[in-house]
Amino acid sequence: MDASLTLETGSGFWTPVLLLLGLVVCIVLVLIIRAFGEKSYKRGTEQTKPFLSGNAEGNKDAMHVRAGNIYWGFLEALKGYYTPTVGAHTGDVTDYLIWYIGVMAVVLGILLVGVLL
Amino acid sequence: MQFVEFISTHAPILILAIPLICAFLTPLVSRISDKARNIFVTCAIALSLATAVLLALDIYANGARTYVFGATSPGIVLPSGMNLPIRIMYEVDGMSIFMVFISLIVALGASIYSWAATDKYTGKDRYYTLLLLMVVGMLGMELTGDIFNMFVFFEILSISSSALTAYYIEGDSAEGGLKYMLLSAIGGLFVLIAITLLYSQYNVLNMAALASSIQYTTLDIVALGILMTGFVMKCGAVPLHMVTPDAYTVSPANITAMLVTASQACLYALFRVSFTLFGKSIIENMTYGTVGIILIVIGVLSMFVGVTMALPQHDVKRLMAYHAVSQTGYMLLGVGVGLAVMGDSSQMDAFGYKAMEGGIFHIINHAMYKGLLFLTAGAMLYMTGTRDLNKMGGLGHKMPWTAGFFIIGALAISGVPPMNGFASKLLIYESVYQFSPLLSIIAMVVSILTLASFVKVFHSAFMGPQLSDYRNAKEVPKSMIVGMCVLAAVIVVFSLFPDWAVKTIVDPAVDALLNNAGYVHNVVGGA
Amino acid sequence: MNAETILELIYAYTPFACVAALIILGLYCCIVRRNIIKIILGVSVIESGANLFLIAHGYRTGSVAPIYTLSPSDTNPLNYALPIPQALTLTSIVIGVAVAALMLSLAIHIYRKYGTLDVRKITKLKG
Repeated sequence: MDASLTLETGSGFWTPVLLLLGLVVCIVLVLIIRAFGEKSYKRGTEQTKPFLSGNAEGNKDAMHVRAGNIYWGFLEALKGYYTPTVGAHTGDVTDYLIWYIGVMAVVLGILLVGVLL
Repeated sequence: MQFVEFISTHAPILILAIPLICAFLTPLVSRISDKARNIFVTCAIALSLATAVLLALDIYANGARTYVFGATSPGIVLPSGMNLPIRIMYEVDGMSIFMVFISLIVALGASIYSWAATDKYTGKDRYYTLLLLMVVGMLGMELTGDIFNMFVFFEILSISSSALTAYYIEGDSAEGGLKYMLLSAIGGLFVLIAITLLYSQYNVLNMAALASSIQYTTLDIVALGILMTGFVMKCGAVPLHMVTPDAYTVSPANITAMLVTASQACLYALFRVSFTLFGKSIIENMTYGTVGIILIVIGVLSMFVGVTMALPQHDVKRLMAYHAVSQTGYMLLGVGVGLAVMGDSSQMDAFGYKAMEGGIFHIINHAMYKGLLFLTAGAMLYMTGTRDLNKMGGLGHKMPWTAGFFIIGALAISGVPPMNGFASKLLIYESVYQFSPLLSIIAMVVSILTLASFVKVFHSAFMGPQLSDYRNAKEVPKSMIVGMCVLAAVIVVFSLFPDWAVKTIVDPAVDALLNNAGYVHNVVGGA
Repeated sequence: MNAETILELIYAYTPFACVAALIILGLYCCIVRRNIIKIILGVSVIESGANLFLIAHGYRTGSVAPIYTLSPSDTNPLNYALPIPQALTLTSIVIGVAVAALMLSLAIHIYRKYGTLDVRKITKLKG
């Protein structure tokens, strides 16, 4: 077994260990730069409170962005795609069967036509 | 050393027999204590895995192995005076043993995980019996060299996995189980009809003997189409994927992780049928391109529809289930490209081989990280009591281990360097680009959307302030963490040493799929 | 082609016509019927079709059961029915029973939870 650390991917290569070394170097650099930073940060004082344009912070439970709100714009913009696609997943098991029979017919058709041509 | 030799000789059946016998011993062992049963089940899977490693070493050194039942010695393939094998036979080559590893590693993680994950429930003795039977179903499909035997294990797998899906009747689990069983039953019956079509023409059920004698008549083409659709449906590819999210959503988390490997066992059957069983005849009739393109189209559809359907989901397991559909697309794309250029050796050397390497490497990567992700989803469900992401938040404060495992899994599935998912996706991107640039671009876009939807899950479940509902949440029990650790460890090893993984286990699998003449030769002899 | 050969052809192809009819009827039942019990019955009908298909391949007119010790001693070896399809059919029947039992027991649980057996209403999992 002549395995090495580099994976040949056909037209390129991939060496994860090299990338990890690079990451370590970057993290060390970041930590060094961070060490030059401001040292007057104090826990538990006014400094650590979130600043919302001067308004008081709301209830913690209400501040969390819930999953349903994430990517709302994306889904709204692609409504033309999503409405029919989500609609096709009816949850009705007979529809699943119709899909199965339909796909089987299409695959058989392609295979049989492929031989005739 | 005689003992090791004995084990090695009978390894193909021992891999299967250990979980099968232990499955029916489990209710007896449960009588002693719950703990004894848990350890017993895990030991059974670990023992089977050890036997598989022993067999793998032998196969990588000496080539594929046949094991014949009922003969005076397991090596006698053709009884005297016979031209065709008449006995049930297991034929284990690089691809089979590769799939066996996947099934057993995930089953090991899942069985350790379920020690604590099921502690609220009763009836666990039969639960573990079914779990081991599910392992048997997968292993049987992967080891067998007999096509009817494959059908039998296919049905064992369907029955045990849908029974496990609906094992704890709460909410909508019975619905998911019934849908899964109904579709599997009809798929299985059509597979049986296709097997009958083949048997009626060639009078053999052995895959190698069938492969050597198939003429590619119209009936054979019909059988190929029916077999392909049946296995595509079971492996959860678009447009036959609809039952996959339904079943994955409601099953217990460790069973969902095993349902992923169950779908991959069917993927293996699909590859075995299209490469080995029909490999010779589709090359001779120049239709490998058509068959390959069917797989590619199904793969691209799965990737795209799967990931776009995952984005709007707010049920964490349903979201991940759609990602399972999407990742299956990568495997079908990679291996489909290999199949589409199978008869053209210049293209095969240029990119086809690498595409298959990528597709097959992705199978094991996917089983590991998707298994891990489902287990973390189970941990969230265990602590919060809900699958709804809209109700979760701030779990990272109390569940650091789960959050860490989730990050590993999410980075791997999105193909972020340096994880293993990146290595296999890179292989697919680069080789598929030479086949058709558009397919490669679609694959990359899908990868980005995958990352996007896992960012959504991570943000809404783990980040944010601690919510008042989960003030008392704490880290999940140790055994669940150990179960996740098993899969995470494999991911880390494959991430760091992708070349070792590809050369050691993936390349023999690819060679085994492409070398259908060798598969036939092992049984029938001659060419 | 005289009448006798036509009759022989009809004899030979009747089982396969039955197989096709059973499978199509079963599929029709699965797709058109809305009651889960009837869909499960449809699966059983398809299964009977598949079993008949298997068994029809192993039979020849006038052949005897393939049990060596119970057959008449002067039986021509070529006159035995093919035993393998019978073994396969037995296996398939056993599997079919298990599948039907599991599906029916799940249907009972669905009826308890949902109060209906209409597949159009058993769609909590969708989208």
